[in-house]
Parts: sequence; structure tokens; C-alpha cells
Amino acid sequence: MSSGLYNTHKNNFDTTLDLTRLKPYGDTMNDGKVQLSFTLPVKDDARGEEAARLLAKKMGLEEPNVAYHHALDKEFTFFVVYGSCVHTVNYEDIHVVTVESEVMTMEETNEYIQKHIGRKVVMVGASTGTDAHTVGIDAIMNRKGFAGHYGVERYEMIEAYNLGSQVPNEEFIRKAVELNADVLLVSQTVTQKDIHIQNLTELIELLEAEGLRERFVVICGGPRISHELAKELGYDAGFGAGSYGDDVASFAVIEMARRGVK
Amino acid sequence: MESKLNLNQELVAKARASAARVADDLQTFIDAHTTVTVERAVCRLLGIDGINELEAPLPNVLVDHLQENGILAGGAAYAIGNAMVETGKTPQEIAEAVSAGALNLAQLPTRSAEEVRTAIAPVVEATLSRITKNVSSRNEFLKEFGDKEGPYLYIIVATGNIYEDIIQAKAGAKQGADIIAVIRTTGQSLLDYVPYGATTEGFGGTYATQENFRLMRAALDEVGKEQGRYIRLCNYCSGLCMPEIAAMGALERLDVMLNDALYGILFRDINMQRTIIDQYFSRVINGYAGVIINTGEDNYLTTDDAITSAHTVLASQFLNEAFALRAGMREEQMGLGHAFEMDPDVENTFLYELAQAQMAREIFPKAPLKYMPPTKFMTGNIFRGHIQDALFNMVCILTGQKLQLLGMMTEAIHTPFMSDRALSIENAQYIFRTMADLGSELSFKEGGIIQSRANEVLSKATELLSEIEELGLFNTLEKGIFADVKRPKDGGKGLSGVVVKSSEYFNPFIESMKGKVAAQ
Repeated sequence: MSSGLYNTHKNNFDTTLDLTRLKPYGDTMNDGKVQLSFTLPVKDDARGEEAARLLAKKMGLEEPNVAYHHALDKEFTFFVVYGSCVHTVNYEDIHVVTVESEVMTMEETNEYIQKHIGRKVVMVGASTGTDAHTVGIDAIMNRKGFAGHYGVERYEMIEAYNLGSQVPNEEFIRKAVELNADVLLVSQTVTQKDIHIQNLTELIELLEAEGLRERFVVICGGPRISHELAKELGYDAGFGAGSYGDDVASFAVIEMARRGVK
Repeated sequence: MESKLNLNQELVAKARASAARVADDLQTFIDAHTTVTVERAVCRLLGIDGINELEAPLPNVLVDHLQENGILAGGAAYAIGNAMVETGKTPQEIAEAVSAGALNLAQLPTRSAEEVRTAIAPVVEATLSRITKNVSSRNEFLKEFGDKEGPYLYIIVATGNIYEDIIQAKAGAKQGADIIAVIRTTGQSLLDYVPYGATTEGFGGTYATQENFRLMRAALDEVGKEQGRYIRLCNYCSGLCMPEIAAMGALERLDVMLNDALYGILFRDINMQRTIIDQYFSRVINGYAGVIINTGEDNYLTTDDAITSAHTVLASQFLNEAFALRAGMREEQMGLGHAFEMDPDVENTFLYELAQAQMAREIFPKAPLKYMPPTKFMTGNIFRGHIQDALFNMVCILTGQKLQLLGMMTEAIHTPFMSDRALSIENAQYIFRTMADLGSELSFKEGGIIQSRANEVLSKATELLSEIEELGLFNTLEKGIFADVKRPKDGGKGLSGVVVKSSEYFNPFIESMKGKVAAQ
């Protein structure tokens, strides 16, 4: 078996795609090739390299190849490792909870609101708790939006209020009531030690305690948020990375119409 | 410096004059007021430290006591000096007695200003000489090891645990970092006190405490001696405790401080009166301690579009310069900020970035410019991210930026791994080495895209500044003309900590520090 840079040996595995036994694709079906990099808190020497190889094997990588290793400090070494993953997953059996509402353009959403709700929809958003990052809420709300998708501030039929960052949950709710909000948008960027879960949970608990939960469509978003997690925490929807203003606006107004909000 | 942009110098002068008038206009207001954190900073500089049994910092206990008893308007220095004369206690003992409820400073007979000043002078002197010693040690390190030519490689650590931060910081320094910034825990900017002691719990960063400053300073000196380089330490002099953090930094020899005149107002909703007063004293202290400040213009570009709002960055740089000058800072200490945040999907944005960076270089020739990496358009595609960081590094070396905050390819994913930092440093060193003199080999086409872009941004910034000059800064902020953020003059956090000074007010540290650099 070659451990050099170029792999010239004949493939001895079945190269037909079987979705019940899915594995990574490098340059040949079912070769299982993955790349990974990690640091081990040991010296950069042959023993360290062997440790990296053994670790890769334990991760289920056959014939691991330590392509690169470099000392980061006396007792820390960085490794780049390639190998063939032995594991497979059954793709046919996978069912993921995603937001399944239709995504409409800004114009379509405006029309939809006029037709089904008949007045402007009020959306209040913030990056709540101690989170100082506004990048997520801005991407969804700012007029200009992000990556060519307009933010909800630009929607004629949406009255949008971006409260910015570090808004305590209590204040967020108070403001939402004051502004007569229909939709609450909560962004969480900092996720260290799962602080976002704590904070998101607290918001729902406060809403429930004040009997306000049903009054709003409550949506959360952030790089570590999935729709499944959001549902679990009591939100109507959750949007992860790669979601834009139109995704959020479409879901919110369709949900309002479904509830019969006028 | 030879100009590559053919900038309209009349506009530069006009913009600078507008910014100067905006700052002058506010100086009267600043001089007439003090704040709770300004007075707590005075307490700290008078040697008051520690916490009481409720874990309240003694500077807070003392200043709250003065405020509750209606004597804060005279200043903490007066109250403490007066108590020193009356009781013979040291400032620390006075704070402890107040905390224990054994002493009420409002009930003491009041001595003359002269007596009070005489009593307090030796304490002030001792602090000034401690700071002078700090600045001297920095100068000695720099003399022994030499200072770095070219950009300083600036990295951040943010584990939440100061001891873990130290491990990462030392590794980063060994890999080539010149500046280590310890990111603060999220939310600290809104605390109206500075936590105490070494801390091991924080979210997205580590508490800025004096003990944490001291621990990191010692660690960086140790690794610096090993490496034969002086490693600079950076922290955050922003939020509700700007002058206190500046005081702590001066006492523990921090070298770089994030310190913006307007950031707290715009991005943390801190009351504008409070911030304007606080930033002044914080900059007086930073100036004296030889600290390089970093201003926060990069933030305009994460909330607004970097292509269309580039002029707000320049306008803010002019304002930060004007406010820093009024606090007595030298231009060599003004790390005016900007960032590489333009949309990579737009054609020619590299040219616009080059224009912006070169423009800042030419307009602020002595300032050690602080350059922030791409964050907004970092997607999780680490491979493209590494290239975005490479382009950012190229602009840096081509235009002579000084404090280069290295971009991490894992931006938008997690706080950096040790390996992320190492790869970033390798990226920067490669580019800075192989393109070291490329900037001096290049000139820009007369009337070409780069020159035109710079002049367009300059002319918009000049217009914006003249609008701000006309309205005054507070009105401008109320109307939301700046950075598209509206802030009411009496809104935001911290207004209750603003106090009108009485006629007997004095602040011995403004008097002795302003316009000077220790050990010079």
C-alpha cells in the first residue's frame, strides 16, 4: 500500500453508488477519502506523528496519511491527515426537520400580506442577552440585506424594528409589546458553552410566564441554530447559516395567515 | 511621503477643520462634567483596589457613597484628600472604612483645597512614578530588542480563562505574533464596574481585570525575553468603564487599547454624554502611559456596507483624531482603524480596499493605522477565507498599515484554535516577506479607478463632517446621520453616572498627565 503522495494502486472496492451505504467521495466513488486537521499537545517528532495516525484510525480512517506536521509550540503539533473513512450512513433513512414553507420574493411577500393579512406586519428583531454581534440580525433586517437578498426593512408591507445587540430578554419583550409586534426575530451568534440555548430558552419561558407566547410568531436564527433545535426550544422556526430575509419573511407571514391573524 | 493618490489637500484640510470644531464644541461640555467611572479611575490611581464582602469593587463602593451623599460633584480626589487630612488614613484605608460603614465622608469637616492637594500629592506622585517606571521598562525592552519594522502581527485570544489564554498567547508569540489582545467576555462593556481578580469563566472572551492584566503581562514578558522581542499586550478600553480600564492598563503596562470616542454610543447604546466625558479622561491616561489606542471604525462596516459607507470610516477617523488631540495624545499613539470588509463578489473591490487603506495612510501619516480583517463575508468556507485573509494582508503591506489584526480562516465558526492562529501568522509572514517592498515599486494610474475612488470617498467624508459641524455631534447622533444609528441625548445606558462638577472639583491626574508621555 502506497503511503506516498500519489495513490496508484488498483481500487479494490465497489464503485457503484449505494445510498444505503453512503461514504465520502474523493476522486472515486466509495473511496471514503476525508481530510482533517488537528493539533495534539505533544512534541513534533516521530512519536507524535504516530499518535496522529493512530488517532485517525480510531476515528475510522483506514490507511491514514499524515501529509503535514508542524510544531506550534514546544509541546503542541499541528497535523494534516488524509484517510479513507470506513463508516457509512444510510441516506435513505434520514429525515430532517426543516422549515417547509414556500420562499417568496419581496414583491410576492408584500402581495401576500396585503391579500391575507390586510395591514402592515410588525417585526421586531434583536441580538439578545449578552450577545454583542449584530451581523446575523443585520443580515436579515437591514434594508440592503445580505448577498443580494433584501432585508425585511425594505419590505413595503413590513414595519421592521432592529433593536441591535445586547438586548435583555425582558426589554425585548417589553419593546415588542409596546410596538405591537406580530413577529419576533432573535439572533444568537455567540454559542460558547451553549449560552445561546440558555438565552433562547429564557425568552420562551418569559413569554409563556406573561401569557404572550401565542401572540407572536417567534423565530430564532444564528450559525448554530437549526429548525429542529428551534422547535425543541419552543420557537416557531429556526434559521441557520445561509438563510436570508426572504426565507424569514416568507415563513413569518405564511405562519401568521395560517393562524388567521388579521 | 510621496502621494500616490493625488488627494485633494484642500478637502483634507477642510475635513480636519470641521472635525476640530466638532471636538472643540464638546470640550466645554467635557470640562464641566465628570462621571462615576472617571471618579472610580481617580480612586484606582490613588491606590484603591480590592472588593468588599459583597464582592463590590471598593472604587464603586466609595464613588457610590459620594454620589449618595451628594458630594461627588467635588470629585473623589477632593473627598479622599480631605479624609486623609482628617483621619490620617491612606486612600485604601478610607475606602475600606467607608465600605464597613465606619466612615461617612460627607460628615467630615471640609479643609481648604490647598491642604487637600498637599495631602494627596505624595499619593499622586507615587502613581505617576509607577506608570513612569512601566513606560521606562517598555522603552528598555524596545531598546534592547529593537522594535519591529513593518506591520505588527496582532492576534487575539478569547478562551474565557486567563490561564488558558496565557498558554495560547505564549504559543502565538512564539509563532511570531507581536501584539496579543485578550478579548473581553461578551457583555463586559455594559457593566458599570470592573470585576476583580484572576478569572476563569467568560463567554466569548475573558474578563478585563487588573489581575488578569498583570498575569498576561508577566507571561508575555517571559516569552518576549525568550524570543528576544517585545510582545505588546492589548485590551479593551471601551464601554461603561473606559477611564478605569485605562488606569488599570497604565498600572500594569498594557501597550495597546481599543479606545474609540463614539463606539460605545453607536454600537453599545451607551449614553452619549457619558461616553464623551469618559473617553476624554481615558485618552489622557492612555496618552501618558504611552499606549497606542485603536479606534473602532471597522464596526461601521460590519453594520453598514463597506463600499457605500466608506466615507463614514474616514469621517470617524478625523473625529477620533480630533478628540485624541484634545486629550493631549500624540499622533504616533493614534491607531486609527479601518477594515477589509467589501463584498468579494463585487468587481474591483480589491482596488477600492487598496484606495481606502492608502488614503488613510496619506491623510494620517504618523498614525500607526489599525487594520481589521474580513469578518462579514467570511462564510465558513475556510479555504476561501484563507485567500480573503491573504488579500487583506497584501493591502496591508502595500499601504503601510501598522497594527494588522490577523484574519482567521475559521472566522464565523468558532473562537480560533491554536492552529488557526499559526496558519494566519504563516500567511501574513509569507506575504509581508515576499512583498516587503512592492508598495514602493507601485504607483497608481493618474485619474484611474484607485485615485478616483479615494477622492470620491474623501469628498463624501468632508461633506458629512461639515454637516456634523453644523449640527454639533450630539444633534447628529440624535438624528441618526452618523452610521445610520439614532441615539437620544438622554437615552442609553449610564446617564445617571454623569455629574456636573462643582467649583472646588479637581482631578490631579488630568492636571499631571494631560499632554505628556511618562518617561519622556
